[in-house]
Amino acid sequence: MEQLTQDFLRTKKLPHIWCPGCGNGIVTAALVRAIERTGFDQKDVVIVSGIGCSSRAAGYLNFNTLHTTHGRALAFATGLKMARPELKLFVIMGDGDCSAIGGNHFIHSARRNIDLNAIVVNNHIYGMTGGQHSPLTPTGKKATTAPGGTLEPAFDLLKLARGAGATFGAKGNAAQPRQLEQLIIRAANHKGFSVVEALSPCPIAYGRRNKLGGAVDMLREMKEKSISVERAANMDEAELEDRTINGVLFSDDAPEYAEAYYRSIGKDIG
Amino acid sequence: MPETKPVLMQGNEACAAGAINAGVRFYAGYPITPSTEVAEQMAARLPEIGGVFIQMEDEIASMAAVIGASIGGMRTLTATSGPGFSLKQENLGYAIMAEIPCVVVNVQRMGPSTGVPTAPAQGDVMQARWGTHGDHPIIVFCPASVYESYYLTIAAVNLSQKLRQPIIVLLDEVIGHMREKVLIPEGKLMVERSSDKDVPSDYKPYDEKGIAPLVPFGFGHYYHVTGLFHDQYGFPTGDPPQVERALDRIHEKLEKYRDEIVLTNYIGHKEPRVAVVAYGCTVRSARAVVKKAYWQNRMPVGLLSLQTVWPFPAEEIEALAKKVDVIIVPEMNMGQLVGEVERYARGEAKVVPLNRYDGEMISPDQISEEVGRWL
Ligand code: SF4
Repeated sequence: MEQLTQDFLRTKKLPHIWCPGCGNGIVTAALVRAIERTGFDQKDVVIVSGIGCSSRAAGYLNFNTLHTTHGRALAFATGLKMARPELKLFVIMGDGDCSAIGGNHFIHSARRNIDLNAIVVNNHIYGMTGGQHSPLTPTGKKATTAPGGTLEPAFDLLKLARGAGATFGAKGNAAQPRQLEQLIIRAANHKGFSVVEALSPCPIAYGRRNKLGGAVDMLREMKEKSISVERAANMDEAELEDRTINGVLFSDDAPEYAEAYYRSIGKDIG
Repeated sequence: MPETKPVLMQGNEACAAGAINAGVRFYAGYPITPSTEVAEQMAARLPEIGGVFIQMEDEIASMAAVIGASIGGMRTLTATSGPGFSLKQENLGYAIMAEIPCVVVNVQRMGPSTGVPTAPAQGDVMQARWGTHGDHPIIVFCPASVYESYYLTIAAVNLSQKLRQPIIVLLDEVIGHMREKVLIPEGKLMVERSSDKDVPSDYKPYDEKGIAPLVPFGFGHYYHVTGLFHDQYGFPTGDPPQVERALDRIHEKLEKYRDEIVLTNYIGHKEPRVAVVAYGCTVRSARAVVKKAYWQNRMPVGLLSLQTVWPFPAEEIEALAKKVDVIIVPEMNMGQLVGEVERYARGEAKVVPLNRYDGEMISPDQISEEVGRWL
């Protein structure tokens, strides 16, 4: 794999705090490469993040970076985007951060279709606090707060986003970083609220308790289960059982909020 | 002072008008009685002047959006009341920690909980001081008239920018909803910040030497903003000396500018024996009593009104206590700021609380009766 652009990394802040085998580094690298490929001006890019392991990525990236409060990253980002619509915002959140405590902001950002790029790093668990179940933990999987396996069903995050009004949704994973990079580029170039759900292994707080093996095993399984949207289109439900469909799941056209607002007050930010 | 014209307006409207005059161009809020008129004014006026109004999905989001917009370089305001003020506390603490300017208006209503939404109270004085967790500095202004609502909001916006410190304007339902004449200046009362052009290439957003200007995002100065303890560049640190130094620094900036922050006003006898210390709408009843007792009857009575309740005007109370025998502290709560008055009176004067918490204002008669008891 080629070198990452050093300009976009705060190399002095490395090594990072993540555990060995954690997928956060892979997802972060895909994000950096994607930003580079978009050709966006470095000074226009802002990274906003919430609270959790993956949200620490903001500190390692050499842009204007905003590490917010738990669950609130999208609400901070909404204010910033409305104040400065020319900026390109990438909002990194974990699964619990985004869909539990931040669920309200998530659906309302989607409803407004505001031009933010939500990168949801889904490791199915609260990692930083040591392994509690989240709304994206699959039913039956174990967590410190669900020692016998969680009874709760999980959200389908992208269906939730689309139902709420998001106009772009894609799913990728840390085992296929090239594809993930492409999906982030597509999201970045899409005008409106974009969600990229990136599956990522947390061998420490999730894998171990659920006997999923080490990082390599988790990545291998992730890759094996993954199937592209195109191939999945020709398969029936039985064949798709236990597979994750990867790629751009939806890309719709609808008015974007910041642009609509500024147009309503007589300013063209096009 | 620029030319002025008299306008009849409500306290909440005055707050919105003051904010706009001081350069506020971004408002995020959530509907709540009795503060809604602030949002309605902003929704009507901001689009006309190129500003942004956004109604967020909840109180937490509106506090977050305000901080986000401030980082983008806009002057920002949000308004709420008790229950919403409770919800804003976490992000308010974030703004204090990350030193992001913003103004939060809390039009107090009767609590706790949903309480009596339309009844006045002054029950949030201690929450305004200590509502968010951890040791933190805070500035709280408390207008006693529509005029003060206008000018203290302007002061709050400008000072918030200068100090990179969130400021709370603690209105109450009485001032928020009352109509009075205000002299509105023709010109702007906006204090400009130092220009972003002179920013050194080695920009330290949290410079230890003082208050660095906040260079908005998007201008090529790549710093980090976090609610974690951070170094001069904004990067997280858990190093004990740096943590201690950072906490000291955010407190020191308020001490350094105390004279601009702590606003009080004394009226009455030069050598009073009994003084009233009041803030917010209670000042109005107290003023009526002192005017009559002193101006008409030359009695040794005075009123110290506090436009700033936090940081607490400790020096002013200490000086007053040395002069008088008794300090009466009327409050529309069960006794909140009276504890601070007592602390800084340092036993030099007897401090007498006068409380009312039935959702009604403290009347001049109540204060007059208490004053009479000690003369
Ligand atoms: S706890 Fe899990 S998510 Fe957090 S750094 Fe470790 S491996 Fe990564």
